[in-house]
Amino acid sequence: MILIKYLVPEVFLSLSIFSLLMIGVFVKNSFNLIYKLSIFLIFLLILIILNTDGETIKIFEESFVSDHFSLFAKLLILISSFFILIISKQYIVDIKNNKFEYPIIVLLSILGMFFMVSSNDLILFYLGLELQSLSLYILASMDRDNLKSSEAGIKYFVLSALSSGLLLYGCSLLYGFTGSTNFEVIASNTADSTIGIIFAMVFILVGLAFKVSAVPFHMWTPDVYEGSPTSVTSFFSVVPKIAGIVIFIRFMYLPFQEILDQWRYILVFISIASMILGAVAAIGQNNIKRLIAYSSIGHIGYAIAGMTPGTENGFKSTLIYISIYAVMNIGAFACIFLMKRNGKYIEDIQELSGASRNHPLMSLSLLIILFSLAGIPPMAGFFAKFYVFMAVVESGMFTLAAIGLVTTVVSAFYYIRIIKIMYFDDPKKPFEQLKDFGIYGSLIVSCIFLISFFLYPSILNEIISNISIF
Amino acid sequence: MIEIGLGHYLTLGAIIFSLGTIGIFLNRKNIIVILMSIELMLLAVNINLVSFSIYLEDIVGQIFTMLILTVAAAEAAIGLAIIVSYYRNKGSVRVEEINEMKG
Repeated sequence: MILIKYLVPEVFLSLSIFSLLMIGVFVKNSFNLIYKLSIFLIFLLILIILNTDGETIKIFEESFVSDHFSLFAKLLILISSFFILIISKQYIVDIKNNKFEYPIIVLLSILGMFFMVSSNDLILFYLGLELQSLSLYILASMDRDNLKSSEAGIKYFVLSALSSGLLLYGCSLLYGFTGSTNFEVIASNTADSTIGIIFAMVFILVGLAFKVSAVPFHMWTPDVYEGSPTSVTSFFSVVPKIAGIVIFIRFMYLPFQEILDQWRYILVFISIASMILGAVAAIGQNNIKRLIAYSSIGHIGYAIAGMTPGTENGFKSTLIYISIYAVMNIGAFACIFLMKRNGKYIEDIQELSGASRNHPLMSLSLLIILFSLAGIPPMAGFFAKFYVFMAVVESGMFTLAAIGLVTTVVSAFYYIRIIKIMYFDDPKKPFEQLKDFGIYGSLIVSCIFLISFFLYPSILNEIISNISIF
Repeated sequence: MIEIGLGHYLTLGAIIFSLGTIGIFLNRKNIIVILMSIELMLLAVNINLVSFSIYLEDIVGQIFTMLILTVAAAEAAIGLAIIVSYYRNKGSVRVEEINEMKG
C-alpha cells in the first residue's frame, strides 16, 4: 500500500483513460467533451507531479524508479502535451478528424512515456516503449481517408518496428551477458566489457537513435512529419523526443556507465552527422513541415552532443536543451496552425510571403521563434546551445564544439530565409483570422519565455540541479 | 555426435534475426512480407532470451519472452490495420509504389 503512493500519476492516468473510453462509447458526438476532459486531466496530472516529493524510490523489485529525473521528464512531457492539445484542437475539427479516440490515444502514448522514463529494468523499458510506439503508429495514420497520412503510418510502422526489433535483440544480448535485466545490476556487471556487451550496446544505441531520429537512422522523419496531420506532427516533434532523449540519458549513464569509452565515439559520430544533415538538407525544402523535420534532426544532434562527455554537466545541458527545444517547437507549430486560407491549411513556405504586412503580430512571434531556433544571442535558443557547448568544451572535445558552431551558422541560413520571405517579399492574400485563444495564448507564452529567458537564465539550472542518476 | 550448447542456439537466433532484417531491406514486392520479417526478428529475440534463461538458470528471460509475444501480437494487429487503411486509399500494397512523399 505504501508503494502505490509513488505510482499515483500512472494509476490515475490509466484509470482516467478507461473512464474516458467508456464516456466515448456511451455519449454521442463526444469529441469536444473528451478533448476538454483530456486537457483537464493533463492539468490535474501536472498538479499531482508538482506535489510528489522527489526522493529516489525504487519499487516492484527495483524495476520502477521515481526520482527527480523521472519527475522532471514527466513534467516536461505533460506541459508540452498540454499546450499541443490546446493549439491543435481547431485543426483537428477543421480536417474532420474529430473522433473521440484521438485524445485518448495521445493519453495512452503519454502513459507509455511515463513508464519508459521511470524504468529501471529492461522489461519495463521495453513495454513502455512499445505502448508509446503503438499509439504513435495509430496517430500517424489517424486521417484514414488521406493517402499521405496512411502512407506516413506505414513508413513509420515499418521503420519503427525494425528499430524495436534491433533494440530488443540488444536487450536480449545484454540480459544474456550480464545475467540480469535490472539497470544497476547490469551496470555492475559490465565492468569487464566483453565483446557481447559492446554488441548489445551498439544494438540498443541504434534502436534509441531511431526513436529520437538521429542520423543515420533519420530517414523516416521528413516523410512521416509531412504525411501525418499537422496536429500529430506537432506532437511527434516534441513529446516522443523528450521521452526518447530522457531514456537515452538513462541508458548511457546507468547500465552503460562503465563502457563510456566505447559509446562516446559512436555518440560523437551520431551527433556530428545529425548536426550536419539537419543544417544542409533543410536548405532546399519548401514544405514547412519537412523543414521542421530536418531542423528537429539537427536539434537532436545538439542534444546528443551534450551527452557525449559522460559528465553530470553534460546530461544536464542536454535536459536544458530539450526543454527549450520543446518551447520553441510549440511556438513554431502554433504559427503553422495560424496559416489557413479559404478553409485550407497551408504548408508551403512561399505562401508566407509578405505576411508581415497583413499579420504583424504573427510574423513578429514567428521571427522570435526562428531567431531562437537559429540560436541568435538574446533568445533562449542561444543559451541552450551555450550550455551544451560549455559541457563539450569542458571535457576537451574541441572538434565537436567547432563543428557544432559551424552547423549553427549554416542552419541560420534557412531560418533567416523564412524571415526574409515574411518581411521583404511581396504580400499575398491574407490568412483567415482565427478566433482561437488557445493558439494565441500558447504563442504568447512561448514567445515571452524565449525573449525573457536571458533575464534569469539559471532558472532551468536550478530546477535541474537536484537531478542525479548515479 | 555433437553436443548442442548455448552457442548453437545463439547462432540460430542470429541467423533468423539476420534473415528478418535482410527481408525488410531486400523485399521489393509486398508489404505483408515486411510484416512477416518483423515477426521473424522478434521470434529470433525470443530464441535468444529462452536459451539465455536456461543457461543462466534464471526465469526472468522466459517472462520477458511471454511479454514480447504479447506485444508482437498487438504490433501485428496494428500493422495490418494500417495496411488495410492504406490499401483502401491506394488500391495496392506494392512496396515500390509507396512513394507519395520523397526528397
